[in-house]
Amino acid sequence: MKILVGISKSPDTTSKIAFTDGNSKFDENGVQYIVNPYDEWYALVRALELKETIGGTVTIITVGAAADEAVIRKALAIGADEAVRVDADPKDAYYTAAQIADYAKSNGFDLILTGKETIQYNGSQVGGMIAEALDMPFVSLATKLDVDGTTLKLEKEYLGGIQSVEVTLPAVVSCAKGMAEQRIPNMRGIMAARTKPLTVIPAVQVEDLTSFTGYTTPPAKSSVKLIDPNNMDELVALLHNEAKVI
Amino acid sequence: MRTDLYTHPDYYNVDDLLTDEQKLVREAARAWVKKEVSPIIDEHYEKATFPKHLIKGLGEIGAFGPYIPEQYGGPGLDQISYGLIMQELERCDSGLRSTASVQSSLVMYPIWKYGSEEQRMKYLPKLATGEFMGCFGLTEPDHGSNPGGMITNFKDAGDHVILNGAKMWISNAPFADIAVVWAKNEEGRIHGLIVERGMEGFTTPETHGKLSLRASATGELVFDNVKVPKENILPGRSGLGAPLSCLDSARFGIAWGALGAAMDCYDQALRYSKERVQFGVPIGAFQLTQKKLAEMITEITKAQLLLLRLGQLRDAGKATSAQISMAKRNSCEIALNIAREARQIHGGMGITSEYSIMRHMANLESVVTYEGTHDIHLLITGMDVTGFSAFTREMPELK
Repeated sequence: MKILVGISKSPDTTSKIAFTDGNSKFDENGVQYIVNPYDEWYALVRALELKETIGGTVTIITVGAAADEAVIRKALAIGADEAVRVDADPKDAYYTAAQIADYAKSNGFDLILTGKETIQYNGSQVGGMIAEALDMPFVSLATKLDVDGTTLKLEKEYLGGIQSVEVTLPAVVSCAKGMAEQRIPNMRGIMAARTKPLTVIPAVQVEDLTSFTGYTTPPAKSSVKLIDPNNMDELVALLHNEAKVI
Repeated sequence: MRTDLYTHPDYYNVDDLLTDEQKLVREAARAWVKKEVSPIIDEHYEKATFPKHLIKGLGEIGAFGPYIPEQYGGPGLDQISYGLIMQELERCDSGLRSTASVQSSLVMYPIWKYGSEEQRMKYLPKLATGEFMGCFGLTEPDHGSNPGGMITNFKDAGDHVILNGAKMWISNAPFADIAVVWAKNEEGRIHGLIVERGMEGFTTPETHGKLSLRASATGELVFDNVKVPKENILPGRSGLGAPLSCLDSARFGIAWGALGAAMDCYDQALRYSKERVQFGVPIGAFQLTQKKLAEMITEITKAQLLLLRLGQLRDAGKATSAQISMAKRNSCEIALNIAREARQIHGGMGITSEYSIMRHMANLESVVTYEGTHDIHLLITGMDVTGFSAFTREMPELK
């Protein structure tokens, strides 16, 4: 089974989030990047588990600059067989999806996995757009994934319940928490990653569909107000008038 | 212990000077420590037990002989990666780092540097995975800072030698499969011997009652007419310089490790100072707290830069013993000071096992003592800059 996994970078969760260019662009200065956890912990690890049980190859693909090769090497150290980097600064989900779809179209994959979203933009769009471009079925937010012949058996959680879904391969799936367990790269993996192939390919031309006009950061958290447990009237008044939640 | 929220301070963006692989090695070690060690270390510390089940994982993250070449089963990493792994381990507990640095620098290093090809092939791959654990016998009951005065000795007996003597304060001794032991031959020349568990007359009684490094096993090595085959003698080097070169490698790891303990204390103190409210404001808003934190991060930053440069020198084969000695002393000293200040910031909470600070503080009392005490390292630097040795004195005449 040939599996392609989309790997994106995300700022480390301890990074300070700031913007430049009149609050229209994320300020990367001093930001440390990690592999987007949904891509790493769920999509990549489940792909590796499938490879280990039914055989095949796991290729990872990243749309990004040379500086992003650190996250690519980590994914290789965890166990992917080879990596592809589309040499571009991705502008939006459509741009990223178009690049991945173009590569996938000419290389024929049975299964394409992405994380359910990146933790910085939370767009959840790339998987669906890849599927559309390749005319494949798409299942989003899957928490369980098994392969039975040419059928993909999936589960996704909704409203506290579970929805079971079956689609025919080839397919695109976005992976959510529960799909697999995080793997820590071991030294053998880190050593092996030194020599695994990393191919850099040029980006294809993509129509410019969006422009980001501005970001605002969330308002600073105000301090906590402590209210005497006996003073319910004050609590209700504050929740109604100040917090405006009741 | 609370959820392990550790992130390393990097005030001068020293990370920009590390390679992607060095950062990945560190990240893997940290993730493993947070998952496998942080949740259980306090229990082992309190019960004074060594978490033996971690040995396999230590091997997998490359903590055993990180710089040992791939042909001998090691990962073939550089010295900075070695330092970073030790830093991540000691960030959690000095005892954990002690186990790894003894295995790496005091067991694998001498076998790699001074062992025969047969010895390397026999021991190094198994030591790299943790299938074999090792210890290092240099210190004796009456010879600590002065190892050259050792009395452990061996005598030629045909195809083997007869080893007699005792070693003390030996990390990993109680469970080690092999011991690299330094002993004098009949001419008084120091040689290294690989002594295997099971050799008749070789015992390793455990040292009890330690109030420091409690999650690390320490013991004695006792040799009572132990027959050691001659092929177990390290052929590559003899004299006191041989074990001292191993200590260079171990002290390098300690220098990085002790700074890890300091970074952990600072990380917790900084977080606590923003959360803990007294007189209506976070205690981090008070000048005396800020003074403590500012001094901590200044010392940590200086040490990070010193260690990075030392790593570069060591990778280039240019680091002197005296340079390594300075780094070991400095890291231990600032780590102890930072642990004490961090404890102050935590007030009463700082003495509980909910925070790792008091454990670090107690551990660091061993770290500042072993592999050359603070005072001995001062004398090494003193001798290096003046050219005068202050190690020995004539016995003063009694009046």
